[in-house]
Parts: sequence; C-alpha cells; structure tokens
Amino acid sequence: MTDSKYFTTTKKGEIFELKAELNSDKKEKKKEAVKKVIASMTVGKDVSALFPDVVNCMQTDNLELKKLVYLYLMNYAKSQPDMAIMAVNTFVKDCEDPNPLIRALAVRTMGCIRVDKITEYLCEPLRKCLKDEDPYVRKTAAVCVAKLHDINAQLVEDQGFLDTLKDLISDSNPMVVANAVAALSEIAESHPSSNLLDLNPQSINKLLTALNECTEWGQIFILDCLANYMPKDDREAQSICERVTPRLSHANSAVVLSAVKVLMKFMEMLSKDLDYYGTLLKKLAPPLVTLLSAEPELQYVALRNINLIVQKRPEILKHEMKVFFVKYNDPIYVKLEKLDIMIRLASQANIAQVLAELKEYATEVDVDFVRKAVRAIGRCAIKVEQSAERCVSTLLDLIQTKVNYVVQEAIVVIKDIFRKYPNKYESVIATLCENLDSLDEPEARAAMIWIVGEYAERIDNADELLESFLEGFHDESTQVQLQLLTAIVKLFLKKPTETQELVQQVLSLATQDSDNPDLRDRGYIYWRLLSTDPVAAKEVVLAEKPLISEETDLIEPTLLDELICYIGTLASVYHKPPSAFVEGSRGVVHKSLPPRTGSSESAESPEAAPSAGQAAEQPAVIPAQGDLLGDLLNLDLGPPVSGPPLAASSVQMGAVDLLGGGLDSLLRSDVGGSPAMGGSGFTAPGPAAPAAMGAPLGSGLGDLFDLTGGVGTLSGSYVAPKTVWLPAMKAKGLEISGTFSRQVGSISMDLVLTNKALQVMSDFAIQFNRNSFGLAPAAPLQVHAPLAPNQSVEISLPLNTVGSVMKMDPLNNLQVAVKNNIDVFYFSTLYPLHILFVEDGKMERQMFLATWKDIPNENEAQFQIKDCSLNADAVSSKLQGSNIFTIAKRNVEGQDMLYQSLKLTNGIWVLAELRIQPSNPSFTLSLKCRAPEVSQYVYQAYDAILKN
Amino acid sequence: MEAVPCRSVRHHQRASPRLIGLCWPRVAPLELSLLKLAPWVAFLPCDGAVMIHSLFLINASGDIFLEKHWKSVVSRSVCDYFFEAQERASEAENVPPVISTPHHYLLSVYRHKIFFVAVIQTEVPPLFVIEFLHRVVDTFQDYFGVCSEVMIKDNVVVVYEVLEEMLDNGFPLATESNILKELIKPPTILRTVVNTITGSTNVGDQLPTGQLSVVPWRRTGVKYTNNEAYFDVIEEIDAIIDKSGSTITAEIQGVIDACVKLTGMPDLTLSFMNPRLLDDVSFHPCVRFKRWESERILSFIPPDGNFRLLSYHVSAQNLVAIPVYVKHNINFRDSSSLGRFEITVGPKQTMGKTIEGVMVTSQMPKGVLNMSLTPSQGTHIFDPVTKLLTWDVGKINPQKLPSLKGSMNLQAGTSKPDENPTINLQFKIQQLAISGLKVNRLDMYGEKYKPFKGIKYMTKAGKFQVRT
Repeated sequence: MTDSKYFTTTKKGEIFELKAELNSDKKEKKKEAVKKVIASMTVGKDVSALFPDVVNCMQTDNLELKKLVYLYLMNYAKSQPDMAIMAVNTFVKDCEDPNPLIRALAVRTMGCIRVDKITEYLCEPLRKCLKDEDPYVRKTAAVCVAKLHDINAQLVEDQGFLDTLKDLISDSNPMVVANAVAALSEIAESHPSSNLLDLNPQSINKLLTALNECTEWGQIFILDCLANYMPKDDREAQSICERVTPRLSHANSAVVLSAVKVLMKFMEMLSKDLDYYGTLLKKLAPPLVTLLSAEPELQYVALRNINLIVQKRPEILKHEMKVFFVKYNDPIYVKLEKLDIMIRLASQANIAQVLAELKEYATEVDVDFVRKAVRAIGRCAIKVEQSAERCVSTLLDLIQTKVNYVVQEAIVVIKDIFRKYPNKYESVIATLCENLDSLDEPEARAAMIWIVGEYAERIDNADELLESFLEGFHDESTQVQLQLLTAIVKLFLKKPTETQELVQQVLSLATQDSDNPDLRDRGYIYWRLLSTDPVAAKEVVLAEKPLISEETDLIEPTLLDELICYIGTLASVYHKPPSAFVEGSRGVVHKSLPPRTGSSESAESPEAAPSAGQAAEQPAVIPAQGDLLGDLLNLDLGPPVSGPPLAASSVQMGAVDLLGGGLDSLLRSDVGGSPAMGGSGFTAPGPAAPAAMGAPLGSGLGDLFDLTGGVGTLSGSYVAPKTVWLPAMKAKGLEISGTFSRQVGSISMDLVLTNKALQVMSDFAIQFNRNSFGLAPAAPLQVHAPLAPNQSVEISLPLNTVGSVMKMDPLNNLQVAVKNNIDVFYFSTLYPLHILFVEDGKMERQMFLATWKDIPNENEAQFQIKDCSLNADAVSSKLQGSNIFTIAKRNVEGQDMLYQSLKLTNGIWVLAELRIQPSNPSFTLSLKCRAPEVSQYVYQAYDAILKN
Repeated sequence: MEAVPCRSVRHHQRASPRLIGLCWPRVAPLELSLLKLAPWVAFLPCDGAVMIHSLFLINASGDIFLEKHWKSVVSRSVCDYFFEAQERASEAENVPPVISTPHHYLLSVYRHKIFFVAVIQTEVPPLFVIEFLHRVVDTFQDYFGVCSEVMIKDNVVVVYEVLEEMLDNGFPLATESNILKELIKPPTILRTVVNTITGSTNVGDQLPTGQLSVVPWRRTGVKYTNNEAYFDVIEEIDAIIDKSGSTITAEIQGVIDACVKLTGMPDLTLSFMNPRLLDDVSFHPCVRFKRWESERILSFIPPDGNFRLLSYHVSAQNLVAIPVYVKHNINFRDSSSLGRFEITVGPKQTMGKTIEGVMVTSQMPKGVLNMSLTPSQGTHIFDPVTKLLTWDVGKINPQKLPSLKGSMNLQAGTSKPDENPTINLQFKIQQLAISGLKVNRLDMYGEKYKPFKGIKYMTKAGKFQVRT
C-alpha cells in the first residue's frame, strides 16, 4: 500500500474520475482522491481543472485532508483567483480555531495565496495572529507579514504591520525573534532606503541574546542582520565579536560562514596591536578548515569564500596549506578551487611542498585539471621569486614526459616566466625547441614563437626555426601569425644580415596576402618603421619591456572589500557585487567595510598594497569612463587635438589605428580599475578613441560636443544633440549614440544603434546601473527587427525615476549596460539635469520667500553664465520650456533680477536668482538648495539651455 | 611596440562582463574558476520574497520525478540549464553545485544518485540552501530508511507534506526530525494498515511540544522502561601518503554519535580524559558552549533518540597516527606488453588493535587491458571496462601480511601510461579512537533513575589514499 498507486491512473478520463471521487460522500474516498491530485501535481501534471472540487473538500475536521487541500490551493490559487475567493471564509474561520496548529496553518496558507481579493481578507486574521498567545502562531504570522509585503507593500504599511513586526524583535520567544528578524530583513532588502531594521546598541543586544537561543536557521538571519550593523567604536565591535565567536563551532556550515562574515567585517575596526585581534585570527582558521570536510557542494561554496578571505587576510590560513591538497576523488569543481587557493597561499616557506603536489597533479587523468596544475606551477614561479628556478626545473621534468598537452601548457607558462625574469633561464630554450614539432595548439605555438623571437640572438638557428613556421603561414591562427610577424621582425633587428629575405617574406605575407586587419596594420607599421628609420625601429621594437606583474589575478581591493561584506552569499560565489545580478528596485545597498577606529591606521593589509610590479604597470590603468567623459567635456574648450602631421593618408590611418588599438587593449586589460586611480595623465589618448571612428581627426571632437549644433524642440525641454556614447570599436561593431529628452512629463533616452559589424545583431536589452536619481528604463529596449550590418535604428526608450538610488560621482553619471547576441557592453554617460525638472516646479511666491530665507547661506552657490545675449523675457520663456519657472521679476538699479524655482523628480527644490545686466553678456546665477551638491549640475543645465 | 603578449591575447578572447567604474574584478590571466558565467549574468528580478522558490528531484537518467513549489509554479524547463551542465560534466559528481540561468539560480546537491535542485530567485546564502537540501535528504532517509527514487515515489504524499512543513516562504520551519515526526508521522507498515482500516491519518494534530520550548530539540513527556544512553566515538582518517610512504597530509574527522533513550528531561555531562585534543569542534545546538569554553565539559539536555552530539577535526600532524602501510611495486615496462603489479598491506601504529574490513581499490590506467593476480588472502576483481581493481582483503594478520601479486596485460605498441594509479584504502579498527580521545565519565542530573551507559570507539579510513 504505497503512494505509487496514485501514479498509475494516467488514462484519459483521469480528471473526470477524480472529479467524481472528490465529490464522493465517503470521507476516505475523498481523501484518497485529494492524495491522487497532489501526486499528479508533484510530477508536474496540470490538475487545476479540479479546483472547485478540491476547494469543496476544505471544510473538514480531518487535519490531513485540510493540509492537502491547502497544499493544492497554494499551487493553483493564482491561476484561479475567482475560485480562490470561495475559500476565504474557511480560512477566516480556521484563523479562530482553538488549535494553534490550525490557526498557524490557515494564516500561513493565506499568505501564500497571491490573489488580491484574498489579501484584503487576510489583514484582520493576521493582526490577531501577530498578537496570538501561542508563539508558534506568532512566528508563523511574522513570516506572513513578509509574504504580504511582497504582494502589497502599501497595505502592510497602512495596516501598521511593520511596527508590530518591529515589536516582535523584543518577543519573549527566540524563535519569534528570529523569524521577525528574517521577515524584517527580507522587507528591508526590497526597500533599501526604508531603514526598517533600525539597529542600535539596544536592539543589537536583543539580537545577540536571541542568537544563543534560536534555531540554526534563525541564527543565520540574525548573523546576516548583525553584519549590516556599524559599531560605533572598536570596543563595541570587539564585544560583538566575542559574542559571535561561539557560532564558529556550530554544526551548520551556513551559520559558521555567516559568523565568519560578521567577524571579518568587524575585525576591520580592531587595532592590529590588540591581543584580541590575534586571538580572533587564530579562531577563524579551524572552522574554515572544518568546512572542507563537509559534502563537496558545501566545500565548493566554502572554497569560493575562502578564496576571498585569503586575499583579504592571508595570515588566517597561511599554515593550513595542506588542507587544500587535492584528493583524487574530489569532484572537479572542488579540485580547481583548491588549486586556486593553493597558489594564493604559496609562499617561500611552503613552496617546495606545493610544487611537489602540483607535479603530482600534472600526472592525473583529468586533462583540464592537469592543464591548470601546469599553469599553476608557472604562477608559483611568478609569485614566489625564490622558487622560480625550482618551478622551471619542474616544468622541464614535465616536458620530458612528452605528454602532448602537458608540454604545450608548460611552454605557455615558461614564456610568462621569461617575461617576469628575463635573461635568467634561457638555458632551457634548447629543451623547448626539441618539442617544437609536437605543438599543435595556437597558444603554445605562439608562446614558442615569442620565445624564439625574444631570444633570437642566442638561438643559432632561430631563422630556420621561424622559417619552418612560415611555410604554413596562412593556415595558422591569427594569434600565431601576429606572433610570427613580431618574432621575425625582432630577429631581423638582431641579425639583419642573414634574415633580410625572411623579413621581406613575412611582411609581404602579412600585408599583401592577408585580409586580417590587425595583421595587415601591424605588418605595415613594421614595414614603414623598418624602411624609414631602422635605428628607431630597433629602439621601438626591442625596447625593454616592463616585467609582468605577479598578482594580476587578485581581485581589485575595493571590490574585495565589498565582497567581504557579502561572504556567504551568491555574490561571494560569483565574486561579483550583488549589483551585478540584483535587478531594479530591489537593489542592494552598497556595503563597505567599516573604517578602522584604532590608531595603527596607515597600511591596512600590506599584502593588498600594490607591489612594485603593479606600480610599474599603473599607466595601464585607465580612468573610469565617467572621468574620461568629464575630460572630454572639458577639452571642448581647450585646443583641438590635431592629427599626426603626416601627409600620406595610409600612414595616418596606421598611426590612428595604433593609438586606437593600444587604447583598446589597455581598456580591455583593466576596465575594472578603481575610479580612484583614474584621472591622471591619460587624457590625450582618450578622445582619440571616438575620433578614430571615422570623423576627421581635427574636428571630430568639436562635432561631438558642439553645443551649437542642436536645435531645441519647442514642445518640450531642450534636447542636446546626440553624441556617440559607445564607439563601435569598443563594442564589437555596435555603435550607440544618443541623448536625453523630456516631453510633457516623460523622460526618454533617444538612442541610435548602428551596426558596424559584419554580422546581424539581435536580442538587444538594456540595463542601468544604480544612479543618483534612480533613472531606470520604463520599458524593455525594443528593437523589432534584427539589425543588419550598416543599418541604424532610432529608438526612444522611456525612462522613469523609480529605480534604485546610489549617489554617483559626478552626480549625473549614468552607467549603462547593453546586451546583444554578441556580447554585453558597458558605457557611461552624463545626462543633463534638466530632464529631471518636473512640470509642477513652480513655487508660490510666499513659499519662495520663506524657503529662500530658510535655506542657510552656506548652501548658496554662485555661477557666471557667460556670452549670453538674451534679454530677461527671452531668458524667462526659454527656461520655462525646460520647466524652470520664473516666479518674480524685479528691476534693481538697471539690472533685471529673475527669481525662479524648479523641482527635481526626487522632490528636491532648487531656488534661483538670475541677475541680468543689459550691457553685460555675463549673467550671475545664484542657486539655493537644501541639497547643495546639485547646484553645479543645475548651473550646467541653465548654461546649456540658455546657449541653445 | 611590444609583441602582443599572449597574456593579453587571452584577455581579448575572454571578454567577460565588466561594467566600467563598477569595480568588477579584473579577469585573471588564468582563471581557475569553473564557473563559466553566461555572458549575461542572471539578473535576479525584484519581486520574489522567497528564498527557495522550488525544488526539483532529478534522477541519474535526467527525469524530473518530483517537483515542489513554495510559491508560484516555476516551469520545469528551467532544469534544461541543469541538464546542460549535467551533460558537460563527465560524471554526476562533477556537476557544479551553483548554476546561473537568465532568471534563476540553480543550487544542487547530489546524494543517493538523486539530484536535489533548488531554484532560487533572490540573493540567498548558497550554504543556507545547500545545508537545507542536505537536511531534506537526511529527513527522507530518516523517514523511509533509504532515500531513493522508488521510496520517494512510494511515499509521495508524505514527502510533499514533509517538504511543506520544512519550509514556509523560504524560511525553514521545522527541520529537526524529532519535531517533524510529530507533525507528520513516518510511514510504517503497521500504521499504513491501521490507517486504511480506521481511516486515521499520519498527520499529527497536536503542536509538537518541543517546537517552542527552550529546548526545541526535545519533546516533553518522554518515557522509557529501559533508560539507556549510548555514545559512539567514530574517527575517520583522511590521508594522502606519497610514493615513499611518508605522509603528505593526514587529518582526523571525528564524530560522537549518540543514541539516548532517557525518560523525562535528563541533563547530561560528558567529560574527556584529554579534552585538549578538541580544539576544532562543531556542536549540536543542545551543547552549552559557555561550559565547554570554561571547563571543557560537554553539558547538555539531549534530544530524544539518535543525534550527532559533536563533530571534531584533528589536523595537527603529529597527532594523527597512520595505522596501515602499503608496500607497492607497480611497474609498466616500456617496450613489453606485460607489467608487474605487487602490493602488500601491513599494520603500522595500531595500538595493538586488529585492522579489519580492509578493502583496496585502485583505478588503473586506460592502457591496462587485464590483470592476472594472486592474492594471499581475500578476493579481488578487476573490471577491464572501468579499469577498477578491487581487492577485499578482510583482516590483517601481522604474522602473515596480505599481498596481491601478478602481472598486467598492457596495450601493445603504446608507450607506458602517463599516470600512476592511486591506491584507495578502506579499513576499520574497533575499540580505538586513533586520536587517543577518551571519554572520562558521563553523569546525569535532573532525573532520579539510573541509566545504562555505553561508550564505543571506532576508527575508519576516510579518504585514505596512497600514491604510487
């Protein structure tokens, strides 16, 4: 007699049969029928047609039958809202049942039914249940508030449920407290600004007390909530840490990891001199190690988090290298993560052991793992200088195994070792050359060719070796072709006499017989260099190169700090901030580590400080695009960038390409760089990128930001002309230009998408990063037909301002991600503030006076608007078009004074006084606002509107 | 200009999503991450307040045989992303536990040849979900004896009721099996028969008493005629031994499992002879942590029945004794198509105890066609398809060491295999905790009767590997 019998009736008349059984008079038969219905539901069959019949069974004394009916209701209520309302009375009645189990069950099920009509009836029973004498009912009701909030947030606020929920934090029962915290954090997460979980020392104390008593799951909620608290000083941080530490011994790994998060975060506030700091460090290691003896899935998540922790505080696990050694029957995803951490922990002290292990792994069966193990050896060499020699000899041993893929990987990493330690290990080149013929992967071939070119002067038969590759030049991949070209040029510069023919050959292959633009361009550059000035060519091509950096794989420090705040979450598994995958209004508040309060301030975590190698590479870090754009705007007034003073047009093209390509590769190599590092010394190549897109160099910039070019429309606010936001070369052929406009109250982003690639583009989508005013697309990006090559499409994307808010710098910076079938692209742009000026921005006169007086004088900002020849009335009407309203006009000593007001979409009022002297083309604009940081942008808007 | 370095060439090829100015990570030149992010990372929508949205159970052949939704129904087509990953992975064990899809994340665990796939829509601690899934598996096992597809299908209604009871709106409601069993009675043959005859149900209609007391893990009113408390100290050795026989890593994963059947509300204390061994421990929630911190005594009101009181981890190398050694001589000769194979197992540090249940397994290289071996004791099997050699040794007699000798037939004409086989060892030692942990005494307070107490020790091999 098992439930499998319920699966057996799969005949056509099944539903009909069930219907009859459900309406049977016999209780037992009814129950069996409902069970069959549930069984069908579990395997994904649609049994929603039975809704009325099942609901009829709801009024019963039999608890099991009631539960089963409730289960059914939760599944199908949404699809049958009108029917679901039939169940309401029973629910309300059950909420009054003397049995707390039934009361709780009813309120819980009602909350799961996402039908508006039911929700209305839920409020009264829920209110009672929140104050129920039985804690089981209270804790269920607490969760129900979160459910209801998800369905109808306004209703929950209006009914005062949030306050009741807050009161439950002080409940006598720890389970109720835990669920109240869970519900509140759930709600707070969807409303980041609501400040629901008002954490203060008292409430923290309550939470810490509840922490000791509630269930493991409740502990997770409480710990995650604690992690959001910012202790006022290091003493408070320490006392919280002390009370959280016992959680490290919990059997539930999620509790442990949440506790680790709290500790890692608050540790930031403790002085390193403190004894307690050292104690805490010691306490963190064992639980992390223990996580690794859990099931593989848990291990995987733990390892991803440990990866962050060892980057932030390597001292915690520096003696625990061995637990990361790979067991041969670990799942592959665990193996790879362990390998990564092994490299991070590698140091002079343990390198011998690590290398022995890595060598062992290189003989395993799994090809992917073996390859990564070989690469890891190379990374060790680059990371730990003292070990380089041993690494090289290990790699040589591996090459001797003659296992094809091992040899190829080894050669790729040896190339990197040469780039880190030039002129040290050239003796191995002979061994490498022996394996030349077995290399069949492009990356390995390219690496080998690079080595031959780089050390051509020490390899007697370098010309023969390279020549052998040249035979099949056109069959090679681009990577190999480029490498071969460069290597032969290097060889020629080193041994010009014997290799002239070879270089001729490769140059003609690259330029005349190839249609790859990269290859052709590089070929031409070399060719011209060599033919114009061989000495200069030598200096350029053979110049000493900066050494490669050892820690290119480290997560960038600000991101790392943010991720530390998200230990234990999906963000920590993906090593991306939640903003990367949490959409829209549910945006997560940006978290950051607390500042250290102690005195020993200066160099926090020296390991994270940039090493010498990184410093050398710093020029490669470009400023964040926002800054670049800012620079572009400023450049508008400066001298135009002129093209290279070369006559031959083909040469000019080459040069432009060089610049563009260089910038491109720089951009790619470090777009994630912290904005703080930007802004310096990189302004010149910046503008070249868009300019290279085809506009004549000299005037390109002028055109881009020529503010006289556009004509403002009369019906709405001033609209700036479209500018290129995303040049095609940065977006695999997709060019985006656009502008912002506001017409009768609606903001839109007017875009032109141009396909400059050779393939059709489709599946467009757009997304904004959080921004200062919550701008967000109000509709998806609709490109109706696929965009054919060389086709453009104009789209007006409606925007709203209900997105999630994060203050940007500059304030009007907007970061946009656009996706198509090829890739995802990112750019940022500045929107003119006047698109946010709302139509009802006209203030009452009295109100204006009062407000003007009320705002403190230090909030007043003065600006000059130069070269504007309009008279006061013209100014007034022009501004009105963009929702800047003139409230009063006065004439004082021959000057016209305009008093104006405007309101931003987020309700900020800005008051303005505009002084216009008839003889003087410069106006003086004084702005007063409670949020003075917007003033500058308001001024920019004035300036733009008035000059167009 | 420098030759385009290969490093940056790789960058170009792998342009993963990066939002300028948002400080996304630089792409490591050598990304060891297995997570191959879809180019468009799943953007989690903003409407879900549910932590675990849905659960799918999938068998090894890729059939979804059960689905449970805690909110609206998520189409089972979401599992296609899982199937894709399953296809990519060579073995079921290698399916990555976190998979991103355009609108959901799939977190999965693989146990008893079943994938438990949770669908989530919001940022949820993944460990939370994975721990919960493991708890689901344990509960099924507890309820039905075994956790298998057949068993689950046979008890689908109970399964459904249990799942509903375990989670409410994504918040775990009742995961202690003691409490669950009071809410939903586990099926027994007797009860099924009785239910059918009398029409009674397997759903409890009383609120479990433990649910909200200060000791949520214990119900009140427990009564036994024989009061007994048994504790099993079980230690597993995880070790990697290198070719020459020296230890690369060795650690002990220990647990104390208890079976306590005591009347009323007993309050127990357990003390050790050498508590200092235990510096890395995880306790059952019943253990009073303060008392442990200050006195190194385990003080607790036990749950009723079977539970894991404590798990611990000993990693200090000098404390981990290695009880067995393996002498091996595995030789693939280069030119000939015959190889030699010889292993001997012997006791090392066993504190005078016998090693039993010894089982040797080794995954031989592909090039090995067959093996003709003679064991001095026990039985052996070589599967020429999977290339797995299994030798069931049994007990080790120190006077006459077990050995397995013979030759291997290698594929002719190929060079010798690249990888050396690793030897995997299973064994058991009764009445010994290899770390030396010893219970000093067990006392009971709060109740008047005299319970029967018992303590058992056992050492087992965990992941015990010998490289050759």
